[in-house]
Amino acid sequence: MSDPTADPAGAPPDSLEAYAAAVLDASGGRAVRAAALAGELAFEVPAAALVEVCTRLRDDERVHVETLIDLSGIDYLTFGRDEWSTHGATGTGFSRGVSGRYAAESPPAGEALPEPAARRFAVVYQLLSLRHNRRLTLRAYCEPGEPPVIDSVVEVWPGANWFEREAFDLFGILFRGHPDLRRILTDYGFIGHPFRKDFPLIGHVEVRYDPAKRRVVYEPVSIEPRVLVPRVIREDSRYEATLTARTAAGAAATPGKPNG
Amino acid sequence: MAEIRNFTLNFGPQHPAAHGVLRLVLEMDGEVVQKADPHIGLLHRGTEKLAESKPFNQSIGYMDRLDYVSMMCNEHAYVRAIEKLLGIEVPLRAQYIRTMFDEITRILNHLMWLGAHGLDIGAMTVFLYAFREREDLMDCYEAVSGTRMHATYYRPGGVYRDLPEKMPQYAPSKFRSRREIDRLNQARSGSLLDFIGDFTDRFPKCVDEYETLLTDNRIWKQRTVNIAVLSPERALALGCTGPVLRGSGVVWDLRKKQPYAAYDRMDFDIPVGVNGDCYDRYLVRVEELRQSNRIIRQCVDWLKQNPGPVMVEDHKIVPPRRVEMKGDMESLIHHFKLFTEGYAVPAGETYAAVEAPKGEFGVWLVSDGANKPYRLKARAPGFPHLAAMEELVRGHMLADVTAVMGTIDIVFGEIDR
Repeated sequence: MSDPTADPAGAPPDSLEAYAAAVLDASGGRAVRAAALAGELAFEVPAAALVEVCTRLRDDERVHVETLIDLSGIDYLTFGRDEWSTHGATGTGFSRGVSGRYAAESPPAGEALPEPAARRFAVVYQLLSLRHNRRLTLRAYCEPGEPPVIDSVVEVWPGANWFEREAFDLFGILFRGHPDLRRILTDYGFIGHPFRKDFPLIGHVEVRYDPAKRRVVYEPVSIEPRVLVPRVIREDSRYEATLTARTAAGAAATPGKPNG
Repeated sequence: MAEIRNFTLNFGPQHPAAHGVLRLVLEMDGEVVQKADPHIGLLHRGTEKLAESKPFNQSIGYMDRLDYVSMMCNEHAYVRAIEKLLGIEVPLRAQYIRTMFDEITRILNHLMWLGAHGLDIGAMTVFLYAFREREDLMDCYEAVSGTRMHATYYRPGGVYRDLPEKMPQYAPSKFRSRREIDRLNQARSGSLLDFIGDFTDRFPKCVDEYETLLTDNRIWKQRTVNIAVLSPERALALGCTGPVLRGSGVVWDLRKKQPYAAYDRMDFDIPVGVNGDCYDRYLVRVEELRQSNRIIRQCVDWLKQNPGPVMVEDHKIVPPRRVEMKGDMESLIHHFKLFTEGYAVPAGETYAAVEAPKGEFGVWLVSDGANKPYRLKARAPGFPHLAAMEELVRGHMLADVTAVMGTIDIVFGEIDR
């Protein structure tokens, strides 16, 4: 039986800022502090240095992240884009929301999606140090190109194995050095990467039993995609009070309870 | 002489011991497992993608359906993530209610696990016992939310409504005698809190009953002691959390180490194992039943003393009361906006985790300022556990595979998402 957070010296737990400094130091200056909510820590790591930084974060006594809690891909293709301009659209009835400008599911005919950001895909690592009782978020953008590529961290945390398979399956991110990069969640023979923003929510194919062929056949989907509630970005003032309070707390960098 | 070689065995996806839809491709050398390759995804519904297409509140119900035997714990992680992004504080009474229902959920989950695990390795009776108590707890779910399982009871800002003053009762029927009905309704004559209080009084005895059946049972021990031993270092490297990690002797419980809701006001212990085998994980979970019962008792006592609001008052996030809408224009507008468009969450991202019965259930939520999540990732505890299974079963007999599957407590709703 071992209590990982039990400190024999009885020293007070290290503050969030001290821990952040330790992370920056252990990464050899390659991790860059990123914006996060008060009490949370986020860093951005260049893809080229990912495995090295992760290994150091795991082995450095001051950081000591024993566990990879979560690994997830993200596609920034439509980030910050709404489907319904809230400006001057009040006179046209409910249907105004249905044909969205950039419904990620169905780009309007003849209008291509805008140039994807150079850094479209990222992989985000949720790390946990039991010894220091701290959480840590790492983000690394994949090398641009199709397919997006990033180094695998299976050698650092063996638990990353299935998480990386999942990110490959859903986003098509190739993990260089992964021992067994197969699809994991989608069907055998599935085509495409469903969690990409340009993959329609409704999918591409549907299945039915064909009595003539006496087997299950794949066909193009027959359902029309439909947006009931358009995606709206409100830049009004309703959260101003909480936001300013939060920024102030972030600036003062009060080392709050982790995850409290 | 005949050539001897390994053969491949296909286990599931439809198999009573597959706990849902697990297809396991086993490479066998005689009766010994050489390699196991779980094929998952047969229950993949794309919950995370669906959540991207809906306003925040409409996905709470999907969270119930992830790990469908620990429903409210999943909701808890999701609403906590939203609350963190919105920067709202939940009233204390709601925190206590959440704590109480998280623990009710833990008992529900562990009873389901105990029954199914017992059934898998040959103990039939405990399944019947476990479901007897589950029924009472499901009634608690029903009393607060109207449904026995998929409650959608937690909302950003608190819980949907306060605890009811009346418990639903059994109606007379020709299948039950008057005396039987009276006996069943005895504990239900008061409020929900009285009913839960009564449950906490009799539940320790029930746990004793389960233990009488299993803990010193020589067949049970034969099937679980020294099976699938997991060292603490390996458990951490593989991303194990919850009872699997604690069974290996690591004192790690988010309720104590990173307290949320009202756990920092609760008095309870974290049980840990010694050997990291199936038997230790069993002991850890059974002790957790008792500890959860303790926590529920403390919550009941506090909730009886301290009435108060269970939701924040901010009608930009929480719908106004029906009666207010009748006479107040602003309330009507708030209601309309909330149910047609929802609320926009400030841009940012966060990871919120709770100690779900199976381990750490977390939600990573990214918002770009819209009324729908930009990306939602549910971190299911069962996912890394099942990934670790290949290591756990290697070198064991085929019959032990079911014991291992039971001991990691997998539910495909959360693994496949």
